[in-house]
Amino acid sequence: MEKRVVYRSAWLPYALVAPQLAITLVFFFWPASQAIWFSFQLQDAFGQSSSFVGLQNFVALFKDPNYRDSFTVTAVFSVLVAGIGIALSLLLAVMADRVVRGSFAYRTLLIWPYAVAAAVAGVLYAFLFAPSIGIVTYVLKGWFGMDWNWVLKGDQAMALVVIAAVWNHISYNFLFFLAGLQSIPRSLIEAAAIDGAGPTRRFWSIVFPLLSPTAFFLLVVNVVYAFFGTFGIIDATTQGGPATSTQILVYKVYHDGVKAADLGGSSAQSVVLMAVVIALTVVQFRYIERKVNY
Amino acid sequence: MVENRPFLTFLAHAILILGVVVIAFPVYVTFVASTLRLEEIMQAPMPLLPGDQLLENYSQVLTAGSTKGSRAAVGAMLVNSTIMALAIAIGKIAISIISAFAIVYFRFPLRMTFFWMIFITLMLPVEVRIIPTFQVIADLGMLNSYAGLTVPLIASATATFLFRQFFMTVPDELAEAARVDGAGPMRFFLDVLLPLSKTSIAALFVIQFIYGWNQYLWPLLITTDESMYTTVIGIKRMIVGSDAANEWNLIMATAMLAMLPPALVVILMQKWFVKGLVETEK
Amino acid sequence: MAGVSLRNVLKSYGELQVIHGVSMEIADGEFIVILGPSGCGKSTLLRMVAGLEVISGGQIAIGGRVVNELEPKDRDIAMVFQNYALYPHMSVYENMAYGLRIRGLPKSEIDARVQKAAGILELGQYLERKPRALSGGQRQRVAMGRAIVREPQVFLFDEPLSNLDAKLRVQMRGELQALHRRLGTTSLFVTHDQVEAMTLAQRMIVMNAGRAEQIGAPLEVYARPATTFVASFIGSPPMNLIPKDGKLLGVRPEHLEPCSPADAMLTIELDLIEPLGSDTLVYGHIADGQSVRLAARLHASAPAQAGKLPVRYAPQHVHWFDPVTGKRIGP
Repeated sequence: MEKRVVYRSAWLPYALVAPQLAITLVFFFWPASQAIWFSFQLQDAFGQSSSFVGLQNFVALFKDPNYRDSFTVTAVFSVLVAGIGIALSLLLAVMADRVVRGSFAYRTLLIWPYAVAAAVAGVLYAFLFAPSIGIVTYVLKGWFGMDWNWVLKGDQAMALVVIAAVWNHISYNFLFFLAGLQSIPRSLIEAAAIDGAGPTRRFWSIVFPLLSPTAFFLLVVNVVYAFFGTFGIIDATTQGGPATSTQILVYKVYHDGVKAADLGGSSAQSVVLMAVVIALTVVQFRYIERKVNY
Repeated sequence: MVENRPFLTFLAHAILILGVVVIAFPVYVTFVASTLRLEEIMQAPMPLLPGDQLLENYSQVLTAGSTKGSRAAVGAMLVNSTIMALAIAIGKIAISIISAFAIVYFRFPLRMTFFWMIFITLMLPVEVRIIPTFQVIADLGMLNSYAGLTVPLIASATATFLFRQFFMTVPDELAEAARVDGAGPMRFFLDVLLPLSKTSIAALFVIQFIYGWNQYLWPLLITTDESMYTTVIGIKRMIVGSDAANEWNLIMATAMLAMLPPALVVILMQKWFVKGLVETEK
Repeated sequence: MAGVSLRNVLKSYGELQVIHGVSMEIADGEFIVILGPSGCGKSTLLRMVAGLEVISGGQIAIGGRVVNELEPKDRDIAMVFQNYALYPHMSVYENMAYGLRIRGLPKSEIDARVQKAAGILELGQYLERKPRALSGGQRQRVAMGRAIVREPQVFLFDEPLSNLDAKLRVQMRGELQALHRRLGTTSLFVTHDQVEAMTLAQRMIVMNAGRAEQIGAPLEVYARPATTFVASFIGSPPMNLIPKDGKLLGVRPEHLEPCSPADAMLTIELDLIEPLGSDTLVYGHIADGQSVRLAARLHASAPAQAGKLPVRYAPQHVHWFDPVTGKRIGP
């Protein structure tokens, strides 16, 4: 789609895009190309000199069981965050769409976790589930006899970061589902009711199919979120531990690059992550195109 | 609702109330902990009713900070967070709206190239280019500065797209009428387009304010000086070790302070927030 | 005030030519209607006069001054758009004053002009309202007010009535005529509605596929259409066109009258009868097997039943056209 009206000026449009473009070039393109450049370099132990090593960093990366581990951890983490997050928010959205009275109040009460920083969410959950003093830990130990200590147990650490991530992102999913539900024409539901379909039947045969584009969109967004948006949660709680049981890819880039100062390896990881983002973006745009073509 | 089913309505309310309670519980506990003495928190289980240390804890963190880990006052951090959030929100809106204006209303060589260059930044979240971006900031001498905190985060493909999308819905005749009325491009932008974009701007402001306020990895990397800490970083720096070593009452007071401004923005500007969220992703 | 000259005006988008050389001299104070089906280039032509489209070839002069290279604001024109194009965030007053403010007129002068226009258009009580708080007809008036306050040499109207309902359209048509009588400003008015064209125009241009098919006074165009396109575009139902002796014979539906079978010049096999009260429209095809469609406008008292209808026509009502070029033959 193009505008019929256009202005003509030899310099004005360039002046208008210049700020955006300058920032993009200096802080996006330059670093990204650096990352690609570094990913083909090997630095000596003192960071004095570096040499071109081709794909060696990548080969080393994929040979490294820790890195492959990190892939698995990220996959498990994203599936759990996306699956649980979408299921819970869909349930809440369907209920909020159903109630006539108080719908707005419920929405208000359910959207504010979006405002909580990931790192703060992490701190909150670290405190709730703290092995010795946490209030939830107390319940888990005292009432259910669970041996709760995420500082030492990998699967519990994973559960903790998943819960925090789902909590932090639930308002986002909820709002999109609610918007999707509210855009389904009332008459469609009424027609199904007249045809004799009960609420459950109506949900599965009419509402859910019409909601599936939203659900798919949220799936992609949630995976992106789990990949990149949860850094704060991990850093504020497990810091990837115990051992590497919650070390998702983004955290490993940070850990190897900043803490272990392995420039080549970290850059190679960045390049792999960029490929992942590009793939996810393409998937998302395919979806948007389809939606537009409806 | 299509038909009247009291039980289902009751069930819906029950599930929603349960959801609200479960979601609010962590924040309630945080609030309670921020009003207790450290000793009260340390005895498991901690009390679940607010204590009497509210003023003491909050004034302690606001003016002096914790006594372990970071000792910077949270008051200053709140100022930093506010500056960062406002600069990012306003900066993003400003540079995005003018670049969208150029791309929609002008035809010039390299127009589509620029458009795609901005688009690609969608694919490069700061998390994937941590080290080299850090390097650039260090080379430019922007570590521990407000400019370093904000400028790299100001470029925004999503905001540019939102404005582009909005401009596309503005009838062509409006610009033509302005042209017949004698308004040049900037006059049209300021007198017509900008006032019409009010809701889009408000919606973006909410989203970007929260984005800016909640930044974590970026300030973590480039602020080493306590005076430049943002609130979110400050909390993290107060955590010094395992459970019992931390001053949880002060940490939780700081957490409340870190959550309050963006939560207020979300709730008070709910209409624009929902609009902004749903539309930036279209 | 000023006349407008179109001299072999051309428009093309790349390879695609959309206006194929239109020429016309418009006298000062004339009300000209540009009529044609959608996509015929009529709006493009108007927008070229306005300066909203670049002129690919030829010349446009307003008041004797060639304006090809001038910005719209420098052409001394005002335009009323189909969707009114009112600035939604400005009040009625601000909408009308905006162009004058840009031109840097003194406040008192602006106020005087806006008040005067508001008086003419009876908008006085709405000046503080925003466009969305107005009805369609009122918005239309504001759009005209915005044009009037500029006191231009030429008014350009781009289908300004097409968004109004039928009743309002008739009313606004009347107001436009009254306004033109009062101000006497040269006007170009684009429409696809032949009734608007017939009632408003002093002269009209009938356009088809980027060409001016005919230029003339409305009744003259109706009485002597220059091409089969004009013949079938103007008049409702359109002129009947019947192949005869290697030519096309044209006769308007109201010029067919029922007669005895012996006197019949044509026999219509009736398909559809529409009694309208004042008269009756009948549709059908020629009985001799050709699939030529015919329509006739009959007296309300005419027999309204299916079957064959013998009709005749007077020779002075016959038009002849060339079947290949579509051009009129003879007088």
